[in-house]
Amino acid sequence: MELRIRENSQDGQHLLYVEGEIDAYTVSKLRERLLSLVNRPEVKRVDVDLCAVEYIDSTGIGTFVAAMKACKLSGCELAVQNLSPRVERIFRITGLYERMVLHKGESE
Amino acid sequence: MSQENEDIYTRIVHDYLEGKREDQLYLAQQLGKWLLSRNISPEEVTDMHANVLEQLGDVPEFVKDSFQILTEIMIEYGNAYRSFDSWRSRHQQLQAEIAVASAMQQTLLPQTLPQYPNVDIGMISIPAKEMSGDFYHFLCESGNEFTVAIADITGKGIPAAMCMSMLRYAMDSLGEMKLAPGNMLRHLNSVVERNIDPCMFVTMQFGRYNTDRHAFRYATAGQEPGFLYRARENRFFDLEGQGTALGIAAGSEYEEREIYLEPGDFLILLTDGVTERKIGRYYIQREELVSFLEEETSASAQEMANHLYRRLLLLSQFELPDDYTMIVLRRT
Repeated sequence: MELRIRENSQDGQHLLYVEGEIDAYTVSKLRERLLSLVNRPEVKRVDVDLCAVEYIDSTGIGTFVAAMKACKLSGCELAVQNLSPRVERIFRITGLYERMVLHKGESE
Repeated sequence: MSQENEDIYTRIVHDYLEGKREDQLYLAQQLGKWLLSRNISPEEVTDMHANVLEQLGDVPEFVKDSFQILTEIMIEYGNAYRSFDSWRSRHQQLQAEIAVASAMQQTLLPQTLPQYPNVDIGMISIPAKEMSGDFYHFLCESGNEFTVAIADITGKGIPAAMCMSMLRYAMDSLGEMKLAPGNMLRHLNSVVERNIDPCMFVTMQFGRYNTDRHAFRYATAGQEPGFLYRARENRFFDLEGQGTALGIAAGSEYEEREIYLEPGDFLILLTDGVTERKIGRYYIQREELVSFLEEETSASAQEMANHLYRRLLLLSQFELPDDYTMIVLRRT
């Protein structure tokens, strides 16, 4: 299944809307986009909206892990939001949920 | 090009012009295969054909000139063929190397299961491709205790296999220290976090089974929850426990849990290749897995593992997209 990514950006803050299934076949598109963003010095914050993602495998989770590690070095903030129940479960099991999910009230 | 090949080519053309038979064309096909096997390029064949025409009689100038065009085009075909041939050799070499690596990987995985009275152990581990990202490990520590680990390394193939060898050697050296499960995961996380590609991580469940008390003390690092079957209630429960997968964050801590097995109770440890299974357009639900397991509660540990694997393979119409590993520990 194809993976589509749309992007809105303003004042160093970027929002990526991801749609499709994130697996070994599609993950390279997300990885390139996300890692190039969080490594750019002018990018202060990246939010990834996953409401249209029904499936994510371990290579997809690995991309968020790599982006999170890159953010520690670059100082960029990274968060995911609007996870479907299936995707949320995988974020919770792997321990990424607490580290990456934007909770209500934290966005401002 | 050898004179011998040119002579054979000339002979076949002459014979065909005299007989024009199907068997002569078949012979030409076989010659084509032979010339390919001798690395004769298309432009050399074009030259051979031009020479044959000249032997047959006066060739008009425009026909001779037209061969210049054909030769130029055949040179491009020749280049494409040579690069394909080089790719094919490289592919064969890589396949051979992967086969060696795959055989080496098998040596990292235990070939026999621990044997203890009153504990029936079953296991199945099937790689989706040649090299597996699933890892399992047993260590018999004493007459009444053994450890068990089940793990899933991100992705498959050679990177996963290299990570697996790191895990195995780390576990072997830490094994002598008889660490508590939480401590074992903490140490492994430290090794994995410092030595793994940033895109990779490892999920693992590690536990120690005491065969006198039938107590299983375990800790979890991002691993898909297994199942606990209570015979008295005839009911399955999720094997609870949570912790961050190995390699994600330095300094992660791992909570330990302990459960006691009564006679007939069993534990199922598994990787997500068992639970993240697509049947047609939908993913199988844990409730469905439980309903399949409910039919197996009187089977031996190994039969249970085998039966569930076969059932899921049939339901998914022989699709095995991810490595599949399941361990069953039953108190008899």
